[in-house]
Amino acid sequence: MGSEDTLTIALVGNPNTGKSTIFNGLTGLRQKIANYPGVTVERKVGYSNIDGQAYKIIDLPGTYSLNYKKIDERITYQTLIGEYQHEEVPDVVMIVVDSSNLDRNLFLATQVMDLGLPTMLVLNMGDVAKERGIEIDPQAIEENLGIPVFVVSAKFKQDIGTIKTAIANQKYTIPKPLLWAPGKNLRIAADVVIDKWLKPNTQLPERAHIIEALRLISDNQIDEAFYTYENKEFGQKVIDEARFLIENEGGNAIAAEVLYRYDFINECTKDSVSQEDEDKKSISDRIDEVVTHKVLGPIIFILVLLVMFQSIFTWATPFMDLIELVFIKTGSWLTAILPEGVLTSLLVDGVIAGLGGVVVFLPQILFLFFFIYILEGTGYMARAAFVMDGFMTKVGLHGRSVVPLMSGFACAIPGIMATRNIENWRDRILTIMVLPFMACSARLPVYALLIAAFIPKTTILGFINLQGVTFFSLYLFGIVMAILAALVMNQFFPKSDSSPFIMELPSYKMPKWSAVFQNTFERGTIFVKEAGKIIIAISIVIWFLASYPKVDIPSHIPTESTVTEASFSPQQDPDAYQLKNSYAGKFGHFIEPVIKPLGFDWKIGIALITSFAAREVMVGTLNTIYSIKESGGEGLTLKQKIINDKDPETGKPIYTTATAISLMIFFALAMQCMSTIAIVRRETNSWKWPTAMFLYMTGLAYICSLIAFQAGSNW
Amino acid sequence: MATLLSQKKEPGSCKVVNITGTQASRLLEMGITPGIDLKVIRSAPLGFPIEVKVRGYLLSLRKAEAECIEIENER
Repeated sequence: MGSEDTLTIALVGNPNTGKSTIFNGLTGLRQKIANYPGVTVERKVGYSNIDGQAYKIIDLPGTYSLNYKKIDERITYQTLIGEYQHEEVPDVVMIVVDSSNLDRNLFLATQVMDLGLPTMLVLNMGDVAKERGIEIDPQAIEENLGIPVFVVSAKFKQDIGTIKTAIANQKYTIPKPLLWAPGKNLRIAADVVIDKWLKPNTQLPERAHIIEALRLISDNQIDEAFYTYENKEFGQKVIDEARFLIENEGGNAIAAEVLYRYDFINECTKDSVSQEDEDKKSISDRIDEVVTHKVLGPIIFILVLLVMFQSIFTWATPFMDLIELVFIKTGSWLTAILPEGVLTSLLVDGVIAGLGGVVVFLPQILFLFFFIYILEGTGYMARAAFVMDGFMTKVGLHGRSVVPLMSGFACAIPGIMATRNIENWRDRILTIMVLPFMACSARLPVYALLIAAFIPKTTILGFINLQGVTFFSLYLFGIVMAILAALVMNQFFPKSDSSPFIMELPSYKMPKWSAVFQNTFERGTIFVKEAGKIIIAISIVIWFLASYPKVDIPSHIPTESTVTEASFSPQQDPDAYQLKNSYAGKFGHFIEPVIKPLGFDWKIGIALITSFAAREVMVGTLNTIYSIKESGGEGLTLKQKIINDKDPETGKPIYTTATAISLMIFFALAMQCMSTIAIVRRETNSWKWPTAMFLYMTGLAYICSLIAFQAGSNW
Repeated sequence: MATLLSQKKEPGSCKVVNITGTQASRLLEMGITPGIDLKVIRSAPLGFPIEVKVRGYLLSLRKAEAECIEIENER
């Protein structure tokens, strides 16, 4: 087994058993520890050295059963039977059990014991059990199960020491398979499946036979096996035969295995666990009476979100401004000291600008995940999902979609990263696909510019500001479109009936601060590393499109801009001239016929192209086109220039209120954010979803803007 | 006469009689086995999901899952 001298230990257990805390204690390598079912979707590997012996420790996803119906259960099962990629069977399996919830935890334990691997059992959270008046006799459990049993509460350092000693001194005890004594009919049925089907027809390792046979008997799902079984018709016949053997005796093929296992567990714990006062209300129960209250619950949840996003907004903004400033200063400093040329331009306008575009998202991501990990760590997240699930299922989403969706108001990127909390793939992908409709903060400068320029400052009903109403309507528009999109997409996605919401509500506890900080940091790193690569690459492409081909600036254009009059004049500014003649400029002209029906001219066309880097870039691009110099305090503002811009032939204003509304709608709906594309690519691990997202959102934007502009200008 | 857990309107204890339907095996694994005592704690704002206590722990179930559980009211 294992590689020559390193021994492999696999940590297995239900969600919320403190498995991850033990893993961190043993390896010192941090990973997600959260009091929220199903957080560990990835397998984590760490290394530890105990008494001179090297160990490789695998933290498996928290699961309730080896009868795999979900990806994390499957990964656990595959790892344990040595079928996960090219990994060997682990040398030791450590089952981590929540002492306060012994019955259900031991169910998984009895399944793991059937695999015939050296096994040890850790009874974790003994302190919580004691609080609830549960007394456990580990000696008795050890005798009943025939494997070493240890009691710890992994919160404390000395308990990690206990586990280390246990690992060092273990005798590789192999439990007796089928200790839970399945009834005769189930035994015969399982043997039928093993002898007639699994042995002769599959490459499944022998130790996995009994678990797979029982799975096939209870679930009857031969198609869901991760092996490509051949000759499935025959396999199905064998399974039908086995099921008939049970049903014929009056048994229930689906339930048989589970019932025998729980009978065994009841026998085991009968003498070794005593519980007083089961109905005594714990602090947790009292908190729940308020937090999950029918009326108070949603109100509390909304308040929590409000506080959270208000804080993110106020706390992240200064950091974001600072980051932007640093990158701009670095850029101008480099421009000043480096010789003028292609490389400098690439470095400053491509790489540094792109890097800035990545780092600027970090404050929001870090703050959001900081809050999310606190909420998860306390156990509140599961309650929030419980309270909101009824509302969210009405639009085809999930209770756990709420927090990611609300995060979308700050920025879609952390929101999409936060969808990991949604276990079910279908619910998760739906949430990701509608999330970018939430009006993120990058749309703000665009909205602000257009509203200030085209929406009159009129007050209606004496106190309502029309500009404010427009702002609010744009946010509302985003929410409504997200809901509509979710409803429509719901019809297209195959409804899997295995979209269960059988979710455990763990007891409240204090979050583990070290874990909160480490996990937040980890999310930030993932973003910079994974999405950063794509963002910088696209930034460079956009830089290239906007800077090439290089044109000779005609001699009549002065090198310093002298434009002051209120019209657009590329003849008088070198930067504007260059941009107009670049690939982006040409493309802007090229797409003009397509965007004309929306009320956009080629100048907006260029801005649309560059704003793909990030929506707020649109304002900067228009600044360049209209030759607004940052230093030019005397010149006209962009707002005035846009208002004054006239069609040279007809003399009519180019931008009308209808154009502005059309443009705002376009920005509200179109997928114009490469960072979002990059993170969707990373989170879904395919280009399929980001492509679909780009096409449907931008298509929808086009149609809506078209309707708005045509209706608006023919009023 | 057995009723479905989804039809139980008010909080309180009951006994599980049978588990059926597509979610049966998952519910069984979670310890909701025939004969076990189950207590409905509360329901979420729109009626579902419901929160139940079984084998000493709290579990949230949607309507579809509650429909898989046949119960018998105690007393």
